[in-house]
Amino acid sequence: MAPPLALPTKGRIRPAMSTDTVFFWEGAKRHKLLIQRCTSCGNLRHPPAPACPSCHSLDWDTIEASGRGRLHSYVVHHHPPMPGFDGPAVVVLVDLEEGTRLVSNIADVQPDQLCIGEPLEVFFLDQEEGWTVPQFRRPISPDQRNPDAAQ
Amino acid sequence: MSICNKAAIVGIGATEFSKRSGRSELRLALEAVTAALADAGISPADVRGLVTFTMDHNDEHAIARSLGLDEVTFFARTPVGGGGGCGTVALAALAVAGGLADVVVCYRAMNERSEERFGAPASSGYGGEGGMASSWDLDISWSQPYGMATPAGWIAMSARRYMHEYGATSEDFGRVAVAARKHAATNPAAWFYKKPISLEDHQGSRMIVDPLHLLDCCQESDGAVALVVTSLERAKDIRQTSAVITAAALGIGPAQVGVASHYRQDIGGAAETAVVAKQLWRQSDLTTDDIDLAILYDHFSPAVLMQLEALGFCKPGEGRHFIQNGAIEVGGRLPVNTNGGQLGEAYIHGFNGMAEAVRQLRGTAVNQVPGATHVVVSSGTHVPTSGLILTRA
Repeated sequence: MAPPLALPTKGRIRPAMSTDTVFFWEGAKRHKLLIQRCTSCGNLRHPPAPACPSCHSLDWDTIEASGRGRLHSYVVHHHPPMPGFDGPAVVVLVDLEEGTRLVSNIADVQPDQLCIGEPLEVFFLDQEEGWTVPQFRRPISPDQRNPDAAQ
Repeated sequence: MSICNKAAIVGIGATEFSKRSGRSELRLALEAVTAALADAGISPADVRGLVTFTMDHNDEHAIARSLGLDEVTFFARTPVGGGGGCGTVALAALAVAGGLADVVVCYRAMNERSEERFGAPASSGYGGEGGMASSWDLDISWSQPYGMATPAGWIAMSARRYMHEYGATSEDFGRVAVAARKHAATNPAAWFYKKPISLEDHQGSRMIVDPLHLLDCCQESDGAVALVVTSLERAKDIRQTSAVITAAALGIGPAQVGVASHYRQDIGGAAETAVVAKQLWRQSDLTTDDIDLAILYDHFSPAVLMQLEALGFCKPGEGRHFIQNGAIEVGGRLPVNTNGGQLGEAYIHGFNGMAEAVRQLRGTAVNQVPGATHVVVSSGTHVPTSGLILTRA
C-alpha cells in the first residue's frame, strides 16, 4: 500500500478572517472545534455568519463540537499544485454529529479506501506560521490507543 | 411589469478564441462590441446601455469613452463569474422594458489564459490581523487551507456526492465531454476544431481533481463576445432575425457559498439553476417539450447533467440516462452546446454559448438544429446564476 499522504504543517493558504469568523480559528489554535450558535433560537451554523438564518438574531455564542462526524464527500486534488501540499491533497467534507458541515483533510487513509458515510474524528494540526487547522482521521479505538489494554 | 417578449438580441460579435490574444482585454471588448453593433446594423452612437460581470476588468465608462458615447443611461453588472452571463441579458431586457435604455450592449472580455488563470489556486484575501476580507474571501477561506482552492476542486466535491447518490460514473461525465468535442470538431471557431475525443481519451486523461479528469474541465481562453439587446419595436428594423428574450431569470439557491455551496442539504445538484428554471418556465409558459436545443454551462461536465435535471428535462440523478445514445448531439432529442461549449469552443464565461443560441435561431449555426425555435440557455452552477429562453422572431 502507498504510504499515507503527509498533511502539511506549513505553507498552506491562510484563511481570511473577520470579526464574524475569527472565533473559529482562535478555537482551533486552542485545539477546540467551535460551532457558532444562535443564542436566541439555538440554531447551529457553519460557515459562520453575523445573523441566524432561522430567526435573524444577531446574538450568538459558540459550542465546542464533539469532534465526531461522518464523511459526506471527498476529492483528491492533483493539479495544479496546492500551496503547502507536497502531493495530492485529500479534501474531505464532514457532517459533524451536531449537524453542521465543514471542509478539511484526512490523515492516514488512502483516498481509494475512503467510504462516504464512514465515521471520522477531528484532531488538530499546528502550523509553523502560528495557526492551526482542524483535520480528520478514522476514529482511534480504545484498543489502538493503548495496545497493552488489548492483551 | 413583465420583461417577457419585450426585447431581443439583435447583434452578436466576437473575437477569435485563443490561448494568447496578444491584445488588451479592453481592446478585445471593443472588437467584440463593434462587431456586434455592425452585425445588428446599429450605430455605436445609438448605444445607451452597457452591461457586464462584476469580474470583468473593463469598466462601462471605458467602453463608452472608446465608442465616443456622450450619453449612457444604463449600466449594471451581474455577480461572480460564470453565473452572470444570462443575467447580463436579463438586466439589458429589464432596462429596455423599463425604458431606461433602448439599445444595450452586453459584453465579456478576458485574457483568462494568458493573463489570469482561474484554474490557479485562488488567493485567500488573508491580510493578517485586521486585514480587509470580503465576504467572498471569507467564503472560500473555509476550503482554501485544505488544498481546495480552484473551481475544479469545488465542483468535484459536489460531483463526488452526485456519483454516490445516483450511481453516476466518470464515464457518464465523459459522454458529456465527448458530445461537446464532437460539436467543436466541426466548428471552425472552436479551439478544438477538428479535434474530437473518444470516451477512452477522456478516461485516459490525467486527473485534475478526482473525480474530474482533465477532459471534464472547460478550457481557459482569451477572447471576447458581445451581444446587442434592443426593443422588439426597434428589432423590426434590424436586418438580422431577432432572438426574442422570452424569459430571463436570476437565481441564488439555499446556503449559497461562492463556488462551493457544500453546506446546503443536497450538494449533488444545481439548486441555483432550479431557482432559475422555475422562473423561466413560469415566465414563458413553455415546457421542456417546447425546447429545440439547450446551451448549458459546461465549466465542468458533471454540471451539464445536474442542469438537465434542474431544468426539468429529466428527474434528479437521471441525467446520465437522458444523455445516452447521442441524445445531446445534433440529431438527438435535445442537442446541447452545439458550438462545442466551453469544453470545446472556448471559455468566455458562457457568452459564446449565448451567441450560439442566437445563431441557431437565425439558422446560421455550423451545427444547425433544423427549425430551431426555442432555446434555453443557462449560466454557471454552484454560484449565483441566471438563465434565458430565447425564441426565433
